[in-house]
Amino acid sequence: MAAVQDTVEQVRSIDVDQYKYGFETNIESEKAPKGLSEEVIRFISTKKEEPEWMLQWRLDAYARWLTMQEPEWARVSYPQIDFQDLYYYSQPKKFKAPKSLDEVDPEILKTYEKLGIPLREQVILAGVEIPEGERPKIAVDAVFDSVSVATTFKEELKAAGVIFMPISEALREHPDLVKQYLGSVVPATDNYYATLNQAVFSDGSFVYIPPGVRCPMELSTYFRINEKNTGQFERTLIIADKGSYVSYLEGCTAPMRDENQLHAAVVELVALDDAEIKYSTVQNWYPGDAEGKGGIYNFVTKRGDCRGRNSKISWTQVETGSAITWKYPSCVLRGEGSSGEFYSIAISNGRQQVDSGTKMIHLGKNTTSRIISKGISAGKSNNTYRGLVSAHRKAAGARNFTNCDSLLIGDLCGAHTVPYIEAKNPTAQFEHEATTSKISEDMLFYCMQRGLSQEDAVALVVNGFVRDVLQQLPMEFAVEAQKLISISLEGSVG
Amino acid sequence: MAAPAPALVRPMKTGAELALAETFAAVRASLPGGPDVAAQRTAAFDTFADAGLPHRRVESWKYTDLRALMRDAKPLAPLPDADAKAKAVAAGSLFSTLGFRRLVVVNGTFVPELSDLADLEPGLTIASMADALADPTGLPASYLGRTVASSDAVLALNTALMGDGVVVHVAAGAAVTRPVELVFVTTAETPVAAFTRSLVVVEDGARLSLVESHEGPAGIAYQVNTALELVVGAGATFERVKVTTEGSDAVHLATMLAKVAADASFSNTFFTTGGAVVRNQLLLHLAGESVKAHMGGVSLLAGKQHADTMLSVDHAAPAGESRESFRAVLDGASQDIFQGKIAVRQAAQKTDARMLSRALLLTETAESCNKPELEIFADDVQCGHGCTTGTLDQQIKFYLMARGIPAKEAEALLIQAFVGEVIDAIGEEGIRTALAEATRAWLLGRE
Repeated sequence: MAAVQDTVEQVRSIDVDQYKYGFETNIESEKAPKGLSEEVIRFISTKKEEPEWMLQWRLDAYARWLTMQEPEWARVSYPQIDFQDLYYYSQPKKFKAPKSLDEVDPEILKTYEKLGIPLREQVILAGVEIPEGERPKIAVDAVFDSVSVATTFKEELKAAGVIFMPISEALREHPDLVKQYLGSVVPATDNYYATLNQAVFSDGSFVYIPPGVRCPMELSTYFRINEKNTGQFERTLIIADKGSYVSYLEGCTAPMRDENQLHAAVVELVALDDAEIKYSTVQNWYPGDAEGKGGIYNFVTKRGDCRGRNSKISWTQVETGSAITWKYPSCVLRGEGSSGEFYSIAISNGRQQVDSGTKMIHLGKNTTSRIISKGISAGKSNNTYRGLVSAHRKAAGARNFTNCDSLLIGDLCGAHTVPYIEAKNPTAQFEHEATTSKISEDMLFYCMQRGLSQEDAVALVVNGFVRDVLQQLPMEFAVEAQKLISISLEGSVG
Repeated sequence: MAAPAPALVRPMKTGAELALAETFAAVRASLPGGPDVAAQRTAAFDTFADAGLPHRRVESWKYTDLRALMRDAKPLAPLPDADAKAKAVAAGSLFSTLGFRRLVVVNGTFVPELSDLADLEPGLTIASMADALADPTGLPASYLGRTVASSDAVLALNTALMGDGVVVHVAAGAAVTRPVELVFVTTAETPVAAFTRSLVVVEDGARLSLVESHEGPAGIAYQVNTALELVVGAGATFERVKVTTEGSDAVHLATMLAKVAADASFSNTFFTTGGAVVRNQLLLHLAGESVKAHMGGVSLLAGKQHADTMLSVDHAAPAGESRESFRAVLDGASQDIFQGKIAVRQAAQKTDARMLSRALLLTETAESCNKPELEIFADDVQCGHGCTTGTLDQQIKFYLMARGIPAKEAEALLIQAFVGEVIDAIGEEGIRTALAEATRAWLLGRE
C-alpha cells in the first residue's frame, strides 16, 4: 500500500543528525587524570571531602569490579569500551558551592536556557516572584557533569523537613542516613556497571522524606553530560520514611558528541511502611547520528525496595534517546501488601538499540505489580523488552499484570520481547500479554478519510498507543514527553 | 584498563561428561554408518565437548540445569534379548486399541518382529535408522543434520551416539490414512542409556499422522536422548502427538527439528506425565510461504517431576501462521518450564503468530517458569503471546461443591477442562479420547 511505502521512505530519509540539544558549553573544567585506578578513586573521594568509610566502600567496589566481566546477555552490540580512556571526574572549574543562582556560572544558565524544557521554570530559577498558587511547584537539583550546581527551593523543602541535596553534601550533613541506606538496594555485587558506579560515582541527588510528610512539591533533577569523554556516574538515593510521599522527576539531555559517552548511573529507592515513591524519567540523550556514530551508552541500574508494609514504588519512563539503553528499573516487593508499577515508553529510531524492561520480585504476601510497556521501533533500530516477574515461596496472593506492546514503523527495525515469569506460590496470579504489530491500515485509512494528513493520522495513533503511560506522568512532564515523542519520530510519524 | 577477562575455559569435568566421553571413545567404531556418518559423529561430539552438559548459564537451559540433574551417564543399553522383547509387547497400551501401525523400538533398537510392517500403504516406506545410516544413498545421507541448524549440546550428543530409530518416508501425493505409532520402550532392569534418532520425510502434497510414545520401568534411573528430524514438503500435512510416560526416575531428553515447506500444515502436541526430568525441545523452521503450524502441550506433573518445554519457531517466509497453546498442571513439588520463542525474519511479512501458555499450581511447593519470547524483524505482522499462572478458581470450585460435587471431583472437572482446550485441538479423534482418558487416570491417581 502506498501509505506504507511513504512511511518507509520517510523513515529512510529521517535526519537523525538534527539533535536539538547538540551544543557545547565552554566552561573550564577540572578533571581527574584519564583512566581508572585506585589513585583516581582516591582523588574523587578527596575532592568530595568524603569520610574514610566512603573511600573504603569505593575501593572495595573497585577491587570487585576488576574481577567482573562485562555482561553480554543483552541484545545490544557496541565496540568494546576502553575504561581507561575515560575521565571519571570532571567538575566545572569556577565552582564554589553557590549560595544563590546569581553565583551560578552564566554559561551554565545559558545552557539551561537553550535546553528549555525540563528547566522550563527559568523564571523560578532566576528568582522572579510569582504569585502564590500560580507557581509551578518544582524543585530542581541540576547535575552539570559531575557536580550539582544549583539547588532551588531548598528553604521550602527544609520547612517540610524534606532533605533534598547533592549526595556529596548529604554525606557531610547526614552521614548516618546515607550510610544506613546507600548500597542497601543495589549492593556492590549487583552487576558490572553498578559496581563501577559505586567505585567512581561523583555526585547525584539525595532525598529523604520524613515520616508522614507529603513532599510539598515535585522534586526534579536534571542530568547533562557536557565534557568530552567523561563518563557520568551519578548515584541517586531516595528514602521515603513511614507514610510519606514523594514524586521525583528526572530528565536527561546531552550535547552532541562524536565519541560515545558512557553513563552508568545507580538509582536506589527505599519505601518504608505506607510510603509511596513515584519516579519519572524522561531520557533524551544524544542517540548518535544516522550512521550510528556517537551517542550515549546508557547502562543504568535502577531499583526500588518496597521495604515496608503497603509501600508503593512506581517507575514511569519515556526513553527516546541514547545510542544504547540498558536499563531495568525494578521493584523488590518485600513488605506485605506492597505494590510496584512500571510504565514505560521506549522509542528507538536511527540505529538506536534499546534493551529495557523491569523486574518485579514478589517476596511479601499480597504484593501486587503492574507493568505497562510500550515499545516503538523505527528506522534501523532494535527495541527489546526484557522483564522478570517472580513470586517466591512466601509471596502468597501475589498479583501481576503485564502488558507489553510493540509497534514497528518500517521494515528495517526489530521489536523483541523477552519476559521471564516465575511462580513458586500457587496463589500467585500472573498474567502476561504481549503483542507486536504495525499501525493498522484501517485506522490510518479511517483518520485520513476524515481529512487528517497521513502524518497527523500516524501521530494520533501513536499517541493513542502510548496513552496509558503518558497518563502516568506528572502534568509538567507529560506535555514535554508528548513533544519528545513527536521529535523522536520526526519524519517517520508526524 | 581492566585486562579482558580470559575466556571461560571449562574443561570437561563432571562425572557425567567424563563418562560420556569414555562411552563415545569406546563405541564410536561400532556405531552404525559409513565414514561420512562417522565424521558427523566426531564433529557433533566436539560440539558437545566444547559446551559440556547444558547448565544455568546457557540461556535456553536456564531452568533445567543438566549438570545438576544428570549426575552420571549410564552405560549404553545392550541389544534387546528375547526377554526384553517379550516385555515390550504390551508397550504403547494407550493407543493399542486404535489400530495404528506400530513400530517398536526397544532399549534404543528398532525391533521389526514387534512392528507392523505388513501391507504398507502405497508411497509409505519404513526402515530402521541403523540400516539407513549404513546406506550412503539413503534418506539420512540427504537429510540427517540438515533440517534445522542447531548447536544444542544435547542434540549434538544424540548425533554423536545415535544408534537406531525409525526412518519413515511418505512419497509425494500419498495420503497415509492409518496413523503410524512409534513406540519407544525401555525394559532394562538396570540403569542404561539409549540414543535414538528418527527421520520422517513427508514429500509434497503427502499426509501423515504420527504418534510417538516413550515409556519405561519405574524406579530405574535410565536415560533417554531421542531426536526426530522432520521434513514436510510443499502442501503436505503432518500431525504428531508425543506422549511421554517414562518411569519415575528416568531422564528423558527429546529434540525435534522440523523444516516445513510452503502451504504445508504442521501440528505437534506434547503430552507428558512421566519421567523425573523431561525436556522437549522443538525447533520449527517455516521455510516456505503460508505455512500453518499448530503446537500444543499438556504437562501433568506430580512429586518432584521436572518438565521443560522449549519451542523455537522461526518464521522465515511470508504469511506463515503459528499457534501455540500449552497447559501445565502441577501437583506436589513439581516444576514446569515453558520457553517459547517466536522469531519473525524480515522477509516473513504478514506473519500471524500467537502463543499462550498457562500453568495451574495445585500445591504450595509446585513451581512454574515461563519465558515466552518474541523476536521480530518484519513490520507487517501480528504477533502476540500471553501467559498466566495461578491456582484453581476457588469460587468455581465452591459453585460445583455447593451443587453436591465432592471437592476432588470438582477439581478434576476443572483440570480436565483446563487441559481439554489443548487435547481438543488434535485431529485424530481416537487420540483425543485416549489422552482425555489418560488425563482422567492421572487425576484419579492424585493423592
